[in-house]
Amino acid sequence: MVEWFKRSQKSIAGDEKRNIPDGVWTKCPSCAEILTVMSLEKHVWVCAKCDYHFRIPATSYIRLIIDEGSFDEFDINLVSGDPLNFKDSKKYPERIAAARKKTGRNDAVITGLGSIDGLHVSFSVMDFNFIGGSMGSVVGEKIARAIERSLDRGIPLVIVSCSGGARMMEGILSLMQMAKTSALLALLNKKRIPYISVLTNPTTAGVMASYASLGDIIIAEPKALLGFAGPRVIAQTIGGELPPGFQSSEFFMEHGFLDAIVSRPELKESIARLLRYMLPTESDRQFPL
Amino acid sequence: MDDKYYLEFEKPIIEIDKKIQQMKDLALSGDTELESEIRNLEKKRNRLQSDVYSRLSRWQRVQLARHPMRPYSFDLVPLVFDDFMELHGDRYFADDKAMVGGFATLDGHPVVFVGQQKGRDVKQRQYRNFGMSHPEGYRKALRLFKLAEKFNRPIIIFVDTPGAYPGIGAEERGQAEAIARNILEMSVIEVPIIVTIIGEGASGGALGIGIGDVVMMLENSWYSVISPEGCSAILWKQVDDPKQAEANRIQAAEALKPIPDDLMRLGIIDEIVPEPAGGAHRDYAAAAAILKNILLEKLNILSQKDKQTLLADRLRKYRTLGVVKEL
Repeated sequence: MVEWFKRSQKSIAGDEKRNIPDGVWTKCPSCAEILTVMSLEKHVWVCAKCDYHFRIPATSYIRLIIDEGSFDEFDINLVSGDPLNFKDSKKYPERIAAARKKTGRNDAVITGLGSIDGLHVSFSVMDFNFIGGSMGSVVGEKIARAIERSLDRGIPLVIVSCSGGARMMEGILSLMQMAKTSALLALLNKKRIPYISVLTNPTTAGVMASYASLGDIIIAEPKALLGFAGPRVIAQTIGGELPPGFQSSEFFMEHGFLDAIVSRPELKESIARLLRYMLPTESDRQFPL
Repeated sequence: MDDKYYLEFEKPIIEIDKKIQQMKDLALSGDTELESEIRNLEKKRNRLQSDVYSRLSRWQRVQLARHPMRPYSFDLVPLVFDDFMELHGDRYFADDKAMVGGFATLDGHPVVFVGQQKGRDVKQRQYRNFGMSHPEGYRKALRLFKLAEKFNRPIIIFVDTPGAYPGIGAEERGQAEAIARNILEMSVIEVPIIVTIIGEGASGGALGIGIGDVVMMLENSWYSVISPEGCSAILWKQVDDPKQAEANRIQAAEALKPIPDDLMRLGIIDEIVPEPAGGAHRDYAAAAAILKNILLEKLNILSQKDKQTLLADRLRKYRTLGVVKEL
């Protein structure tokens, strides 16, 4: 290759490269509208014409939802073991190392404490760029600790999910993370601490079949892929085509599994309002039930 | 048994079995010389059997778990319990035929039984949807768990599923929600729960009725986050050469570590339930007797715990699962 064809800087890897090109303009993959990056940035990467939500990095959700300067990240240094000694075309530790290099993060979720419009919360956001946002022991443990921070402090829990499901390379241990997180959510229920589950594109399989489905309130970004089984597996099983809009946020809402579909720019305000409806108020003290 | 019901590695054992049977038939007609020969053959057969079974690969164990003659829930229920009365329906939508349950008596103790049920012949397999539940199956199971809790009955569960059903109706009715809800509720159900994987324990479909104070696996069963075929399809996509496809499945089974020894080592299960020589499909009654004894033993231990201890121990067990390191 001729030298000047090569990028001098490291390219943005994986999905970010596909979804967030670094030019001055880009085409909406949904409606083909030409959009300038500047206008997209202003609209938190939502197409002004068709409401298509580009995938944004996990850290962007922190900026979007959490009050500026209030976020305190926890358990940054938690990393995965290799309990199965798993190897396919690559050894699992090599896969982890590559994902760490690509994302600059140690696993597929960021957890911490922060405030949303002044309300203290335990906040978690999943990172799809890290092995498809898959849930292994680290994701399970960090979510478990995030729930425990809610329990200990009596503050609401907010989890933004984005995941293809359990991480195959940790086998049965990944499956057990569904049990670990859901068991702790049962305790949160008993203490009547609010939990808002926010679903983004995609949230499926093991994550959908555990904490993502267990919010007191469940909201989703528009047109996200949501479900248990992957669409390809379902199409194969039924031996036919899937109906249009199948497993979208709108489908999920229609069938009674979402409280609301919320566009990205309105996420913060919606979460804050929902929390205020659920949290104890002055009138609780005046008129205790 | 028909020849088509033998797995490849069972064949040499079955051959000797047939010879023994022929000789026994002859011996009945009074030929005494045959007796020592029969004894020799039986010794040979036992040696061969323990040799073959001690060297089974993980993939071969998965095949045993799916053996066409493998005992299913309703084969074991009459042998394990004194009596059983089936209860139907989730009270919302339908009665899922792949998920069964009801009241039962275990050696005099009233319990609630829930299990997944596969079908044996073509018609039954379809009727039972191959042991793949829809959301209404998980909701039916939860209704029975709540019933058990209300009337203070221990819960005995048999897991045997190739997965929760991936279909349009299943998604419309919230397969993910149904499984998630069960996992959460089972974590805090205030009666003892004993789970046994009797055949296949595929992923969320198994976990949806798989939370318990004691989790056990029959010797020739498997339990994992995905089936070896599913894993193989993700890792190596579609492979046309059948030999290569088989090799991939073998490799996937090895990588996933889905057999009881693996899960015992990883601290996921509490007990491996031995099967009669050659596998549970060779002798249902013997398999059920072993299982019944262990169930009674576990139930006895769990019954002595007060509710708080029971729930605290259950939570601690699941809270600690996973392998992480701090940098």
